[in-house]
Amino acid sequence: MTDTVIPHGRAESDAPPPIEKIGALRWARQNLFNGWLNSLLTLVAAAGLFYALPPLIEWALLDAVWVAASDEACRQATGACWAVVPQKHRPMLFGVYPYDEHWRLIVALLIYVVAICVTLVPRFFRRGIVLPLWIFALTGIGLMLWGGVFGLTYVDTSQWGGLPLTMVLFTGTVVLGMPISVLLALGRRSSLPAVKTVCVTFIESIRGVPLVTILFVSAVVFPLFLPDGVDINKLFRAMVGMAIFFACYQAEVIRGGLQAIPRGQYEAAEALGLGYWHMTRKIILPQALRICLPGIMNHIIAAFKNTSLVLIIGLFDILTATSAVLQDPLWSRFFVEAYLFVALVYFVFCFALSKYSQGLERRLSEGRRL
Amino acid sequence: MTDVSPVQTVASAASEESAIELIGVGKWYGEFQALRDINLSVRRGERVVVCGPSGSGKSTMIRCINRLEVHQRGTIIVDGVELTDNLKNIERIRSDVGMVFQSFNLFPHLTVMDNLTLAPMWVRKKPKADAEQIAMQYLERVQIPEQAFKFPGQLSGGQQQRVAIARALCMEPKIMLFDEPTSALDPEMIKEVLDVMVELAQSGMTMVVVTHEMGFAKTVADTMVFMDNAEVVEVAPPDQFFTNPTNDRTKLFLSQILSH
Repeated sequence: MTDTVIPHGRAESDAPPPIEKIGALRWARQNLFNGWLNSLLTLVAAAGLFYALPPLIEWALLDAVWVAASDEACRQATGACWAVVPQKHRPMLFGVYPYDEHWRLIVALLIYVVAICVTLVPRFFRRGIVLPLWIFALTGIGLMLWGGVFGLTYVDTSQWGGLPLTMVLFTGTVVLGMPISVLLALGRRSSLPAVKTVCVTFIESIRGVPLVTILFVSAVVFPLFLPDGVDINKLFRAMVGMAIFFACYQAEVIRGGLQAIPRGQYEAAEALGLGYWHMTRKIILPQALRICLPGIMNHIIAAFKNTSLVLIIGLFDILTATSAVLQDPLWSRFFVEAYLFVALVYFVFCFALSKYSQGLERRLSEGRRL
Repeated sequence: MTDVSPVQTVASAASEESAIELIGVGKWYGEFQALRDINLSVRRGERVVVCGPSGSGKSTMIRCINRLEVHQRGTIIVDGVELTDNLKNIERIRSDVGMVFQSFNLFPHLTVMDNLTLAPMWVRKKPKADAEQIAMQYLERVQIPEQAFKFPGQLSGGQQQRVAIARALCMEPKIMLFDEPTSALDPEMIKEVLDVMVELAQSGMTMVVVTHEMGFAKTVADTMVFMDNAEVVEVAPPDQFFTNPTNDRTKLFLSQILSH
């Protein structure tokens, strides 16, 4: 009890914190067998793994065919036929884009990945870097995809497909959708009745409709209202439709963040003489967006996967392109392997997004608590 | 006052002298009357301390002065400009009137330095270097220059409130409003904030302070204002106010607050 005499526990703070070592056995008892229900679940899971894992490994790895010149080798094997991926990867990844021009898509994807990686480095996140970078990247990507200049043959958007199409739709959705969502969220909280009514009506009506319907409207109904001779690209229409759908959901997430900002923050900003837009841009939005970052990321990931819905209006994203490839009777029986590969592509993108958002949350919370 | 156009100025000989003029101000929250026929005049350079029981309308009154609350009746003239719905006027008045809140209201996502330079840069359009130089000067004045690059969450309550005072001063205001600046502080931090306020008062700043710190009031106040039940009950110089208050409600309040 002599410790209590030391004022403010200063002596204790000099000592390193006690190291807590937990043995494997203790860990198992704490995490796997704490209580009868958890013990039971552990046993059931262990039994399940015991029966499922060996055949799965046999099918997926040991007996699998990795490369095959024809479908013959696959038919004789008992395991998975991964050979379908090397055999068919180009139509799967690039759809009906002209075969000899596929290198252009690879270049476009590379530009895209590099641009994203640079953007995501917090140190480079400045307007002076990000803006020119993306102007350059988008010009490069557009040049590669469309062609038509510098001796590149022109490829119409109706021939775009596979992963690049997924990428274009996803980027377009988020880049168009985010600013709209912020404006809708602000508008819904506006003190001007007209602005508020418009935003509420817009959000509620779009949220009440499935994305499939919006895509149909953009592809089929919307052109009916255009005057003769005016034609807006179908891919662009689909992209705008997805962006608006995305924005309406995102607006509600952001509104949640806005509501979490204490009144005192508005008052302090107003008392300094800041106008509405300065206050919103410098004080309110940075805090609100940080609060709802997990929700924002959630919808961005959902938007990535929603790109697969464009199949219903005849656009060939990576999933639809794969389905089309599987029409080949020689390879159609290996659809499980092909779809698993597509699933892997989706997973890699979504997992990367999710990891990045976790890192961002950690970075933003450092030393900045209220 | 040459930069104020004649339309904005309520040009009377008296208003040249007065920094703040409240004439017959009334305010209601629904059915509840928060301010009842408030008349108050604050001269340039005058230090006014407002006290009174909680719920008496002190905070509402001080918040009306920079229109964080909108009054429904009467006239408020600040620095020669009447407060109306005219947003331009309101923003101009707000940038010339500094406000310090009970709960500090620093911007938690910005460093102390960014808290201080934000309004000078975006409202006063000062270059960044100038704004930072001024900010550093005021941080030294409130005696925490070493905290410039920390975030508000890393500071103690007393330090945060001193940053809040420095933030208001960076706009180089003509008037400073304090809304119970020490009420949210631990006792040992109250003094460091009051010291800064005393120093500010001695420099000749026009100040309106809502506070229960009667020691501070005796030291700096030119005028004491006692409010109760949405009204201004008594206005008097401090020596008369504390020794010989005329109103019974003032006497009761003072006996309660000074007895402990």
